[in-house]
Amino acid sequence: MSALIQANNLHRYYGETLAVNNVSIELHQGEILALLGPNGAGKSTCLQMLCGVLAPSEGEIIINGVDLLDNPNIAKKNIGYLPDKPPLYPELTVAEYLTYAAQLRRVNASQIKDLLKQAIQQCGLEGYNHRLIANLSKGYQQRVGIAQAIIHQPEVIILDEPTVGLDPIQILEIRKLILQLGEQHGIILSTHILPEVQAVCNRVQMIHHGKSVINKKLSELKQSNQVNLRLQNTTDIEQLKLLPGVTSVSEVSAKRYILSGENLDSSLADISKYCVEKNWGLLEISPVENTLEQVFLNLTSGDNTIAAQVTQDAA
Amino acid sequence: MILHIALRELRSLFLSPLAWIILGVIQGIMAWKFLGFIDYFFTLQPELIKIKNAPGVTDLVIAPLFDFSKILLLILCPLITMRLLSEEKQNGSLKLLLSSPVSMTEIILGKYLGALAFFIIVILLIGLMPLSLFSSTDLDMGKIAAGMLGQFLTIAAFVSLGLYMSSLSNQPVNAAAGTFGLLILFFIINIAGNATTQGENFFNYLSITHHSIQMLRGIVNTADIAYFVLFSIGFILLSIRQLDSQRLQS
Repeated sequence: MSALIQANNLHRYYGETLAVNNVSIELHQGEILALLGPNGAGKSTCLQMLCGVLAPSEGEIIINGVDLLDNPNIAKKNIGYLPDKPPLYPELTVAEYLTYAAQLRRVNASQIKDLLKQAIQQCGLEGYNHRLIANLSKGYQQRVGIAQAIIHQPEVIILDEPTVGLDPIQILEIRKLILQLGEQHGIILSTHILPEVQAVCNRVQMIHHGKSVINKKLSELKQSNQVNLRLQNTTDIEQLKLLPGVTSVSEVSAKRYILSGENLDSSLADISKYCVEKNWGLLEISPVENTLEQVFLNLTSGDNTIAAQVTQDAA
Repeated sequence: MILHIALRELRSLFLSPLAWIILGVIQGIMAWKFLGFIDYFFTLQPELIKIKNAPGVTDLVIAPLFDFSKILLLILCPLITMRLLSEEKQNGSLKLLLSSPVSMTEIILGKYLGALAFFIIVILLIGLMPLSLFSSTDLDMGKIAAGMLGQFLTIAAFVSLGLYMSSLSNQPVNAAAGTFGLLILFFIINIAGNATTQGENFFNYLSITHHSIQMLRGIVNTADIAYFVLFSIGFILLSIRQLDSQRLQS
């Protein structure tokens, strides 16, 4: 199946500054891709290029098989975009605004009513149809922003920091909505809230100084090839190196070790068996999961001391 | 699509108090001025009877009324046009338009027609006032029609300039100040032309006043119409270009 978004070698200059440097983004149906990065990394610029608000200085963008730069009016029909600040008209009511948004996306007039109802229901805006947008709280304005992005049932939904400014309950609801939408559509969301990425996304792309530094599935990212081991009896480190699959061992504290090696996760059972046979008094064995914070800091700060500190704190 | 954008624009205008205030102010001032012109006509009437082919109500009341309304429109037009694009840029709603399958031309034309529709309502209301004289005297309908055409073309030009200024700025106030300044310049530029005979034609040609005054006398000249049409199209094209260039390089 072809990709929903296929963006190759995007560059974007702001005057002399190169804000996005050779970033390629790919998105398939049923995928929720998180675009991560520190402030000013170029996330929003990337998203704006993907939905045609900004033109890339170089590179090509293909949305669902249509070139965005050559046929913008066809390609954009498949995009729903929520900018960092919801693009609302405060003087309109929710229903009026969403109808206008549907009209702009060239939805047939006969379908608008049904789609409006569906979007309102999906975003939990029932009962707010005839409220002025200006009178809604920030959280509900954000919901209206999401509703305008999905009202025309686009293949691709692009959300720029969708949960900013929401209360914890609303955040949970929006995450649920994103997960639900992600089943049928492709979603890209940018954020710097790392737990959110863990909660909803299945792939992570990190951008730093305008460059794409990592693009991995969340499960791959968590793999650290390290195992925590706690034993009751003291053992020689050299002995531990004989464990299956282990290439190096470090002693964290007395009787606590970290084993490293390729694909250690898969040989956990063998290691535990070995320990029992040797009668070392196995107390604890667990794979070390990379936290996103760690990966994020490792890749973006380039300063390993901070990352090491975070690891220590976590331990 | 253009229609949807235009209707949204017009709707938003009437949802804000500004449009109603402007309508109210224009009606109030024009009514006062109208009474003044009629009063003036009554004082002149004894003299006029003595003259053969004397100017009628149309020339002495309606033409000056339309002429005066242009000054009011010049002052109030920037207040409406200033928000067209700059407000959308400021509060981010322009991104909705830019990420929708709508071309720059459609966005600009929609905005233009929305604002123009408001001013058509304004000039129709101004036009209704002198028509109230219809019951009591003979009016020169041809001259009134020519005058209304002049009103329409003038405001079409005003709005296009205002739209362009709005596309340049992120701050509505800057757009209003720029529009106001340029409109006044186009209004008075022929004053410089009067000083020298050589430059006269050129500066007269640039001036809005020079082209609209003929129509108030009932003369519809193709050259005048062409001026307004070119003026409007020119600034609309510039606005489209400006919006597109902001997408390419901001």
